[in-house]
Amino acid sequence: MSLSISLTVNGVVRKITLQDPRVTLLDLLREQLHLTGTKKGCDRGQCGACTILVDGRRINSCLALAISHDGSVIRTIEGAAQGDALHPVQAAFIAHDGFQCGFCTPGQIMSAIGLIEEGQAGDDPERVREGMSGNLCRCGAYAGITEAVLEAQRILAERERKEVA
Amino acid sequence: MNSFDYVRPASIAEAVAAASQPGSAYLAGGTNLLDLMKGGIARPGRLVDLNHLAGLDRIEALPGGGMRIGALRRNADLAHDPEFARRFPAVAEALLSGASGQLRNAATVGGNILQRTRCAYFYDAASRCNKRQTGSGCEAQGGDTRSHAVLGWSESCIATHPSDFCVPLVALDAVVEIEGQAGRREVALESFHRLPGDEPAQESVLAPGELIVAIRLPAAAASFSAHARYLKLRERTSYAFAVVSAAAALRTEEGRRGDGARIVEARVALGGVAAKPWRARAAEELLVGSRLDQTAFRGAAEAALGDAKPSGDNAVKIELARCIVARALTLAAAGTPERLPALPASPFATVPGALAHA
Repeated sequence: MSLSISLTVNGVVRKITLQDPRVTLLDLLREQLHLTGTKKGCDRGQCGACTILVDGRRINSCLALAISHDGSVIRTIEGAAQGDALHPVQAAFIAHDGFQCGFCTPGQIMSAIGLIEEGQAGDDPERVREGMSGNLCRCGAYAGITEAVLEAQRILAERERKEVA
Repeated sequence: MNSFDYVRPASIAEAVAAASQPGSAYLAGGTNLLDLMKGGIARPGRLVDLNHLAGLDRIEALPGGGMRIGALRRNADLAHDPEFARRFPAVAEALLSGASGQLRNAATVGGNILQRTRCAYFYDAASRCNKRQTGSGCEAQGGDTRSHAVLGWSESCIATHPSDFCVPLVALDAVVEIEGQAGRREVALESFHRLPGDEPAQESVLAPGELIVAIRLPAAAASFSAHARYLKLRERTSYAFAVVSAAAALRTEEGRRGDGARIVEARVALGGVAAKPWRARAAEELLVGSRLDQTAFRGAAEAALGDAKPSGDNAVKIELARCIVARALTLAAAGTPERLPALPASPFATVPGALAHA
């Protein structure tokens, strides 16, 4: 079986030859595509630092084989902003001090974007905390993270309302 | 991680043929398998990737109120299917109490049933483990046994099955559809997992190459939808395996002489206590005809743990399991909530001063 795959990464179609079927999406992004914003924390699906969106859904990229995701559409932290305009979740993390050292932040932000798109948490801080429980923050910035997700959710909902109107 | 051949079959028949070769493993969500491979605990020589098989994630409503769920259905997609959650709310609650949002988006129905134990000695390649290597011994015994079995364990193995999902499924008589080289067969989930005995490496009734293609919930399972809960005690608020858990489902009717509601049929199952999801039939029988009160629920809890014995320093789990059964029955009796609580399956109030599930 050929180890050539095609992925759309942050809007760009990439033809990729894998050296080995063991390569995870996380290692592919970091080592081969040099998109090092996605972080490798535990590499075992426990910390959430490697969270990316695959076909619009947040997953742990450390537990995903690249070869199995042939044809997928991938969004990483590098694709969150539009040019110099930060994604509302990114802006809200800055406004609410949603980080300290910053290592978990790309995963937190991609997880938050995924959570908001899932539409299950709404404006309930407890549901946001539960929905974000797959992302650990050793600095303990959880209070700011929850506030940031709630604000970003409000801004995105408002934006959607304006677009519909 | 060991090297492996990667195979992408075009049909279920091709998948079964490929996986029937020794040393093969199926790849679905990968959330458990890749973790085990990274730890050197699983070392398959060939991965048969199911992710590109069309239709294996289908969910179908069956005549009469049952449902059939394809094995490749992702946990999040199943839990958030409105019709599924309406018919089987305790199953949706169990799914949403497990793992994290990211993992639920990847993990599958079939993979959840087949997930391996979280026994730390099984996960530590330097420890002796009869599950990993038959006859090598069990280092868990005499070790840290806080998470280990109190029912159905043997001298060979005291590990538990970690699934939340399987607990309400076994309570509701779910059936596993299996495809193999000899054709298709069905096994009740209750008979699917094996107790360890002296062969703890043989965890299920699956023969080499056999594939779970779907699970079915019978129509009768939907008749409990008004009084069905899953409850799970964890060592942290979220994103943790159960110390003990319970599913409870009731059918009730008003008494004839205005003496209050009575239980017509009950279903009770436990998680985190044995090598398989544990159906508590003695508790169910005791509840039939009972009133919806604490005497009945506590009696059922006693019966559910009647055969329990500690496998180490874990006698506390027996009382915790009794408590979680009584609590799950209490909440099931109160009625399935309109919307799942913010913390699905949590026995604790998380807002200071508020009642749990108020």
